Amino acid sequence: MSLKLKALKKSLWVYHVSGGSCNNCDIEILDLLTPRFDVERFGIILAASPRHADVLLCTGIVNKKCVERVKEVYQQTPKPCVVVAVGTCSCSGGIFRDGYQMAGPLDKIIPVDVYIPGCPPKPESIIAGIVKFLKELK
Amino acid sequence: MNMIYIFGFFILSFFVLSIIGLFVSWIDRKLTARIQWRVGPPWYQNFADIIKLSGKEVLISENGNKFMFVFAPILGVISATICGTVIFFVLKKNFGFGGDLILLVYLLIIPSLSIILGGSSSGNVLASVGISRELKLLLSYELPFICGIIIPAIKSGSTTSLIEIIKHQQIYGSNIFSLSGIIGFIIILISSCGKVGVVPFDLAEAETEIAGGALIEYSGILLGFYKLAKSILFVVVPSFIVILYLGGSAINSFSGFLIFVVKYLIVLILITLIRNTNPRLRIDQVFKFFWGWLTLIGILGILFTLSGV
Repeated sequence: MSLKLKALKKSLWVYHVSGGSCNNCDIEILDLLTPRFDVERFGIILAASPRHADVLLCTGIVNKKCVERVKEVYQQTPKPCVVVAVGTCSCSGGIFRDGYQMAGPLDKIIPVDVYIPGCPPKPESIIAGIVKFLKELK
Repeated sequence: MNMIYIFGFFILSFFVLSIIGLFVSWIDRKLTARIQWRVGPPWYQNFADIIKLSGKEVLISENGNKFMFVFAPILGVISATICGTVIFFVLKKNFGFGGDLILLVYLLIIPSLSIILGGSSSGNVLASVGISRELKLLLSYELPFICGIIIPAIKSGSTTSLIEIIKHQQIYGSNIFSLSGIIGFIIILISSCGKVGVVPFDLAEAETEIAGGALIEYSGILLGFYKLAKSILFVVVPSFIVILYLGGSAINSFSGFLIFVVKYLIVLILITLIRNTNPRLRIDQVFKFFWGWLTLIGILGILFTLSGV
């Protein structure tokens, strides 16, 4: 394993993309970044701009207004980057899959690396999902 | 030959200062974490950040000045490294010249200027808000910072040489043990928080409001250069304060080195405590604070120094 990949696994900077979610997953993500769960011990911090990010935490079904925005954020992120679909909506569409505004799920629009289902997923399960992914990453 | 020697020494000091700076920034982050009842990052965290950033793609924005965009972060790192080299020569080799205090004042402005140059050439609206704040911040903290530098310079017999200031303190005791010394120390400590850009005065790169401010368009190793410049400033600015106020012992012997490290850590921890106990200020509040109260106290301190209190 190269040094740069090792470093990437130890310092993931997160950018939070909302593709038209109901706000539940967003609140859980904010919860994840509080001192109680302390993800900085894995080197994970919240980045202010997609240019600084390594991980895109995407929530929500991607609705028709959001498609262009989500694509643009993905293009603005310097590669290598990891895309995480948080919540049932961005994994599969959830209860909104037959809705008229549905343009997703997320993996129709941008390549997704990690799926974390749950409505909303607990902060613990988000951490568990990312840690499992980091173990697989080579 | 001499030129090659200087260049080689510059490269060496760049690596040494980066390693020390990244480690010292970890102390800052770990202490912040412990204050907030967290565990905090492991010791190699900042090294991992920089190595990771060097492996990422560098995106250069289309509607900006491409040369300046690439050049500005390198300028910041170079000037911060030169500051560190000057301070190292003063402490270790006892080598300086008549005006190195003034040289350092100028050199310490350049990292802030590099942020302004880089932000303004990135062609982003939020970056322009960030650089306007950084410029005002630079104007505001520079006045009390210079007040804080004049006080030890007058105390040591109106000299602008760092070596003379150290020698004077070795004979007559540290500058901080007097009323004007305490005033000057407090002033320079607070304005150096603006200098290294930590929380009460980090409004130029406020993450929550303007999404990274001047650095918003930077990615990859160019962002890494800014982080490096900031960590080198974390080494340079506290050691500068140690030289001016806390006696700045020579680091030739092991015990002298140890005493210097302890003094340095005291200043660093004070800066970290200020950063963790204060919220971010608005730019007009910063301006009023620096040019109002702090400068008034600074002028009072200069008057005290001139009357020998």
